[in-house]
Amino acid sequence: MLSRVANHIYWMERYLERAENTARLIQVNTHLLLDLPRHITLGWEPIIDMLSFRDAFYEHYDVADEKSVIKFMVTDTANPGSIINCLAAARENARIVREIIPAEAWEQINNLHLTAKADGQSVLTRRHRFACLHKIIIGNQTITGLLGGTMLRGEGYAFLRLGRHLERTDMTSRIIDVRSASLLPDLSPEQSAFENIQWMGVLKSLTAYQMYRQEMRIRINRTDVLKFLLQYTQFPRSLSHCLQQMGKCLLELPKSDHIKEQVKVLSENLQQLDTYELTQDNLHETIDEVQVGLVNIHQAINEAYF
Amino acid sequence: MAIRWGNYRVGEFYDELIRVANKPRPAAQEICKYLRNLSDQELVEYTTAADTAIHVMGITFTVYSEEEGSIDRAWPFDIIPRIIEKKEWLQIQKGLKQRVKALNMFIEDLYNEQRILEDGIVPRDLIEASTNFLPECMGVRPKHGVWAHICGTDLVRDHHGTPYVLEDNLRVPSGVSYMLENRHVMKRVFPDMFEKYNILPVDDYPSELYDMLSQLSPRDIEQPEVVVLTPGIYNSAYFEHAYLAQQMGAELVVGSDLVVDDDDIVYMRTVDGLSRVDVIYRRIDDAFIDPEVFRADSMLGVPGLMRAWKAGNVSLANAPGAGVADDKVVYAYVPEIIRYYLNEEPLLPNVPTYKCVNKEERDYVIENIDKMVVKPANESGGYGMLIGPHSTKAEREKFVRLIRRDPRNYVAQPMLLLSTAPTLIGTKAEPRHLDLRPFILSGTDTTVTMGGLTRVAMKKGSTVVNSSQGGGSKDTWIVDMEED
Repeated sequence: MLSRVANHIYWMERYLERAENTARLIQVNTHLLLDLPRHITLGWEPIIDMLSFRDAFYEHYDVADEKSVIKFMVTDTANPGSIINCLAAARENARIVREIIPAEAWEQINNLHLTAKADGQSVLTRRHRFACLHKIIIGNQTITGLLGGTMLRGEGYAFLRLGRHLERTDMTSRIIDVRSASLLPDLSPEQSAFENIQWMGVLKSLTAYQMYRQEMRIRINRTDVLKFLLQYTQFPRSLSHCLQQMGKCLLELPKSDHIKEQVKVLSENLQQLDTYELTQDNLHETIDEVQVGLVNIHQAINEAYF
Repeated sequence: MAIRWGNYRVGEFYDELIRVANKPRPAAQEICKYLRNLSDQELVEYTTAADTAIHVMGITFTVYSEEEGSIDRAWPFDIIPRIIEKKEWLQIQKGLKQRVKALNMFIEDLYNEQRILEDGIVPRDLIEASTNFLPECMGVRPKHGVWAHICGTDLVRDHHGTPYVLEDNLRVPSGVSYMLENRHVMKRVFPDMFEKYNILPVDDYPSELYDMLSQLSPRDIEQPEVVVLTPGIYNSAYFEHAYLAQQMGAELVVGSDLVVDDDDIVYMRTVDGLSRVDVIYRRIDDAFIDPEVFRADSMLGVPGLMRAWKAGNVSLANAPGAGVADDKVVYAYVPEIIRYYLNEEPLLPNVPTYKCVNKEERDYVIENIDKMVVKPANESGGYGMLIGPHSTKAEREKFVRLIRRDPRNYVAQPMLLLSTAPTLIGTKAEPRHLDLRPFILSGTDTTVTMGGLTRVAMKKGSTVVNSSQGGGSKDTWIVDMEED
């Protein structure tokens, strides 16, 4: 397979996954906001930090309020990481490899971009936000299904899944991080009752709530939710599952020994964590380490194949 | 009933299907009868079915637009086929093979011994002044002596029905994918007609092309690596590049996918590392293929490609420099070229052509410019032409100035009364002008497509058939009327 083609497939899928997960990230925060008592003001600024867009944001906006942050993250074409730009980039990559991916998948990617362009503005009102973001999430799930159901299993599909799982690991870790960072900086003991509700919000935004209940059969609590999302390989959006999948993709690709090793180390480090010990600071640090690990894996992929 | 052949006006032109009103030519009788029996509603349904098929198959050409970068548009397709009898086609095929054979010998000669220039058949300064003559190609001898492996020759008929060669395209002729797709569309729309007629198939073109390309491999191996080199997704013919690559099972590459090492070998960058390439079907113009040799600002080409080609480590189809023979001035010499190399009379006539470089012919052209079609030597796609009878006084004066300033660059032909064929306009059949582009493949032997791409000027009275200027296309049926 041509390096250029592999590169486009890999990025097409990364951008799609990023768009979906950005939608999920905003869903978590919106949910949290609705569940919290009125006197706790929920910050939107951490979302910007979490995705490392602080500088880009303040270049265009003065205050990180709800409206500005959502606009910046969803419809603003000045933000390279906005959902609309991710979908445009996914579409451009898909267009170049149009002859390699199944025709229906190309059509769906094109449609998803057009839909987001047409109705993206509705995300700014809370009443329409859920539906708008939901459309993006379902749109990418449809594309994933089409690709899974019709694409030839070869190197191309391996690069596709590699991109998807690398991006998903990164974004899921950021979504978890929403809870560890400074969204709720000074939670007093009497407010901690809300904490479990908030973890439920995180699960729901990852479509993980039902699966969590089925599998863990215990009340929502921080330790177990973290265990589920970080270490549980049976759940397809957990970090461990994604890393495991990356390992499998790499088995199908040439010259992958040292990359597989890096994935393995990261995966083992995650498994060795005792989630009970993960206080907010520790968790944030752990997630930072995961993200550094992912950057290194991406670099290794880049050097080996593209 | 919508189509009434009694109302069809043939006029002063030769019509491909209809002799005179209500009298179809023998090969067109069945289809005319069939079309006559369709209601308006059915005609609309058939057209819609064809449009849908085209949309679904993703047959597109690109029209550049500022806002979106580029837009894919379906190319107008007319559901009424153009029909040619096999008996006549076999004669045309012979003429095409003869012509392409002579042209390849001519190119080989120009870049090597230059006998034809020594013998004064073609003026030396004409060739040396041509921008399509590439001194970089001197001394190269491509495999089988073939330079123009894929040739698209445009044919027209005059008002007597005589076929003429209008021009040869020896660089990167396009349109063959439309020929193939048009047939697929017609099979979906008119399956009954394929039972009534013995229509000769065109489907094997991609395999013929692949076979011809693999014969060019410099390495004697079972499966040489054949790639299609495209300028990329913004090129107007990208659809065709991708389509042919897909149909041949060849890799579709852009310039940056290829690299030429110090060993003068071409490799492509794959996820497994560098992998050797044997044959490149390049769809990039000469000027852009190698920034080391030609335009240094080319982002489309591959630095070192010419080195590798001259060293014989890779084959390029078509070979660089082949365009020297499809120059519109050289065209005027093709009959003499055929006589010179093959010692045969040309089987297919040229349109009479005046070379403005000769004073007498130039004066005649300027005197009669309102009756002439004036063409610059190096433009394609119908750009930069003057159609005398349809021009304004200012346009004619401009061309007289252009001819005087640079006579070598212009040729002129008398305005031909191009043939027409019934074309569906709304739900009525009206005559529209058309041409035909067959494709000729030359490797160890020469093959010609069964028919080719019929391009039709959708605008009433217009003779400009190019897709970039409002042309459409029709399926071309070569039918065997003798075998029953």
